[in-house]
Amino acid sequence: MPETVTPEAVETTVRDALVQFGPEPDDIKRDATFEELDVDSLDLAELSQIIEDEYGVKLKGEDVGKIKTVGDAVDLVVQRAG
Amino acid sequence: MTQVVVTGIGAVTPLGVGARTLHERWLAGQSGIEDGEGKASEFEPKDHLSVKEVRRADRFTQFALVAGDEALAEAGWSDELPYDPTRVACIIGTGIGGIGTLEHNHDVLRDSGPGKVSPLAVPLMMSNAAPGALSMRYGLRGHSYGIVSACAAGAHAIGTSASLIQAGAADAVVTGGSEAALTPLSKAAFAALDALSDSGISRPFDARRDGFVMGEGAAVLVLEDAEKAKARGATILATVKGYGASSDASHITAPQPEGIGAADAIRQALETAGLKPEDVDYVNAHGTSTPLNDRAETKAIKAALGDRANEIPVSSTKSAIGHLLGAAGAVEAVATILALRDKMAPPTLGWEEQEEGMDLDYVPNEAQPLKVNGKPAVALSNAFGFGGHNAVLCLEAHE
Repeated sequence: MPETVTPEAVETTVRDALVQFGPEPDDIKRDATFEELDVDSLDLAELSQIIEDEYGVKLKGEDVGKIKTVGDAVDLVVQRAG
Repeated sequence: MTQVVVTGIGAVTPLGVGARTLHERWLAGQSGIEDGEGKASEFEPKDHLSVKEVRRADRFTQFALVAGDEALAEAGWSDELPYDPTRVACIIGTGIGGIGTLEHNHDVLRDSGPGKVSPLAVPLMMSNAAPGALSMRYGLRGHSYGIVSACAAGAHAIGTSASLIQAGAADAVVTGGSEAALTPLSKAAFAALDALSDSGISRPFDARRDGFVMGEGAAVLVLEDAEKAKARGATILATVKGYGASSDASHITAPQPEGIGAADAIRQALETAGLKPEDVDYVNAHGTSTPLNDRAETKAIKAALGDRANEIPVSSTKSAIGHLLGAAGAVEAVATILALRDKMAPPTLGWEEQEEGMDLDYVPNEAQPLKVNGKPAVALSNAFGFGGHNAVLCLEAHE
């Protein structure tokens, strides 16, 4: 895989993606919920594509349904890639 | 019959952002056409929309949102709807929809494979994306859909919306048309049909015309049941007096050469308005600058209006902004409403040479005052589309 799968690297990837979707960079924290950030299912579908590109980890519909916060997304990717 | 009034208008066009900008610049003889196309070059999405809104909308939907903001603000609707939201409809026409999104994602599919196609591709390119986005932005929960009839779509949307109010299916409708088709595939495809101007000059009704110049943009209008609009103290801009629609049933792209279907639509617009040819003070023509349309349309106007055709100004907005396809009918309705308000016929820019048989007053190059005898000015706004679709609106100034 092109990226080393560390929590820091994944967090950077997730953060960079979310910034493109519209939330203010300062609001993107580990414990911020996607609901608070106005990140919806279409944004998460795009995020899944980016994650797969970078880490080869496929997030399926049921995975995406479980993650509620930025931290949840980072942890799930790290766990799957590990 | 229930009267339908216009209480707000908005536009994004090659002449700038804003309905008044379009009107004032066209009236002054300015053109928004540059290098053979009518790009809405003053439109900067991020000036009007959030990062998320821009990402979630194809350019044609962005145009509709911004034109909608202007129209709803004028109607006094920005903060709160004056009606039960389920009684407010949203109907927006387009010719092609999100073709820029479609082309981009096709490039991605070809170059990077199906796994890279955007999850946003479908919601951005679908032809009903504009009414969907406007409905969500303002909580409009009544009838909502797109109208697809090529270059007649904007006029069909307005006519259909007026009919909905008259049928009692809505108290008000946010309606109009939108198009953003200045894309490589779209331009190549219209060029292949020999519909586009080789010279890059839009000069409707001139003997030298050689095809249309493509433009982009949108217009949105707020229509309301006249009684309800008056009851809430709304400022009324115009009345949608009549609406005619017909089909040539003749050829997929060429107009019926004698303009029979177009003339039917003009007659119907007058009949439904309860008006006669002598009541008409101005015609905002479809006037595409294609050899076939402008000839057939001239015949249609003469057939439907008789002697009156030779007494009134007939001009084409497309001389100033090009052909906005599915947005054209809506943008031209907006331009017509402001022309009626000011009792001025805006000019057909570039008209110099008369073609035999095309002898109407095309208002060459300079605006002229409408001759109105102490009554509200009345105009027809024509829109005709590939597929043989004809839609004509009869609009009356509000005084």
